[in-house]
Amino acid sequence: MLQKLKQHRFLFSELVKRDFAKKYKRTILGMAWSIISPLMNLLIMWLVFNNLFGNNVDHYAIYLFAGQLVFSYFTDATNLGMNSLAGNAGIFTKVNVPKYLFLFSQNVSSLINFGLTLLVFFSFTAFDGIPFTWKFFLLLYPVVCMIVFNVGIGLILSALFVFFRDMQYLWGILTQLIMWLSAIFYTIDSYSYTVQCLFLLNPLYLYIRYFRKIVIDGAIPTLEFHLLAAAYALVAFGIGAFMYKKYNHEFLYYV
Amino acid sequence: MKTMLKAEHVSISYKIGDFKDIGLKEWTMRHLKHQYHVETFMAVQDVSFELLEGDMLGIVGTNGAGKSTLLKAVTGVMEPREGHIQRSGSIAALLELGSGFDGDLTVRENAYLRGAMLGYTKEFMDETYEHILDFSELREFEERPFKQLSTGMQSRLAFSIASLVQPEILILDEVLSVGDGAFQEKSAKKMREIIDGGAATILVSHSLAQIRASCNKVLWLHKGRQVDLGETAAVCDRYEEFLAGLGRTDP
Repeated sequence: MLQKLKQHRFLFSELVKRDFAKKYKRTILGMAWSIISPLMNLLIMWLVFNNLFGNNVDHYAIYLFAGQLVFSYFTDATNLGMNSLAGNAGIFTKVNVPKYLFLFSQNVSSLINFGLTLLVFFSFTAFDGIPFTWKFFLLLYPVVCMIVFNVGIGLILSALFVFFRDMQYLWGILTQLIMWLSAIFYTIDSYSYTVQCLFLLNPLYLYIRYFRKIVIDGAIPTLEFHLLAAAYALVAFGIGAFMYKKYNHEFLYYV
Repeated sequence: MKTMLKAEHVSISYKIGDFKDIGLKEWTMRHLKHQYHVETFMAVQDVSFELLEGDMLGIVGTNGAGKSTLLKAVTGVMEPREGHIQRSGSIAALLELGSGFDGDLTVRENAYLRGAMLGYTKEFMDETYEHILDFSELREFEERPFKQLSTGMQSRLAFSIASLVQPEILILDEVLSVGDGAFQEKSAKKMREIIDGGAATILVSHSLAQIRASCNKVLWLHKGRQVDLGETAAVCDRYEEFLAGLGRTDP
């Protein structure tokens, strides 16, 4: 796969450029918009929930931001990624190119968005009086896991979307559900231990928790925690890759 | 002589039925009611041919004969259901020129994207981009969004990019006439150059005159089946006879 990627490097970079150009071409604020929009979201949530939860949680704004950061990267990457195969039908039905390139290129622009928001996040932490320690570099680990995880989910969704065009609506509902289950704005301290463990079944919550542990608690998650984070990513990617491999020559019939 | 391409007993199937553009809900409902019908349609059945170095193979047949499907299998976009295709050498296909462009991108961006799709390198595109602009006569439209161009202009650009290929196996699907009179002449000349330079070519065309003029062997397909394969003159004569009596008999 890597060798093929190298062979198609030029196509890949052109696809990335295209996705980027299309995404920002018609907005006046351009790229700034992709930072402003999560920040607005954050501000609204903070205004609504600060009175409710703010008193019990240290650095509530950061707590909220960590959740929002991970979650918006996830929704951005998966929602844009879903259309990446069907939307490029005009290309892959004519030219023999690896089909996953379309999703990968779409994910690059989501990743850049995430990177920019991450920088804002770090400036917020500094502003909130949280010192920047070496432990922050450990955040690279969940970031890598998230990239793989989001690509994996994107592969699955984009394949499904070719077969079932109502995936978009179903996914919309499902992301809402995931959002409520990810403890973005509330804490799970009041739940029993068992329920707290159940939350770890949600990959999104796990990645959010990793961020909060490092940034707010200044603690390093356990080894099991790390393994679980990687396992989610690899399983999602594995299923996605399997679907692409299995249906590689089938997609054509459905577009 | 070296064999460039060998197709042995190739069959290619399409899926047809009412499965397209349905949602998960509809899909589940139809399965529950046992109303989900998908059929396999054999677009190409048991076709064999060989392409030697220096060959120019013409493919003829009426609409729906499976010509384009066969080409898709040759380029690797589709996988044969049975039989196999052996390729030795790089393949470039100049299929349906207008498609695959993005209306929101400029001429320049589309040119690079198309070049990348055809397997060119970035260096090659940098080198030849000016030439492409000149050849397609689109210099003044360089930074315009593609959707503002006329269809003729779009295919002119497509042709200009595609005509730079230097593949070992070249596949041409009804692309030889592009644009207005002046450009048509220019593109026909360019096409000859490519064909002369290529090691082996497959040409699909409805123009028998063109096939007679340039091919050294012809494959005739009808409803997915191989009717004839052989010397240009002989096959073309038979095909013409068949066309004259079309509607009365099957070959």
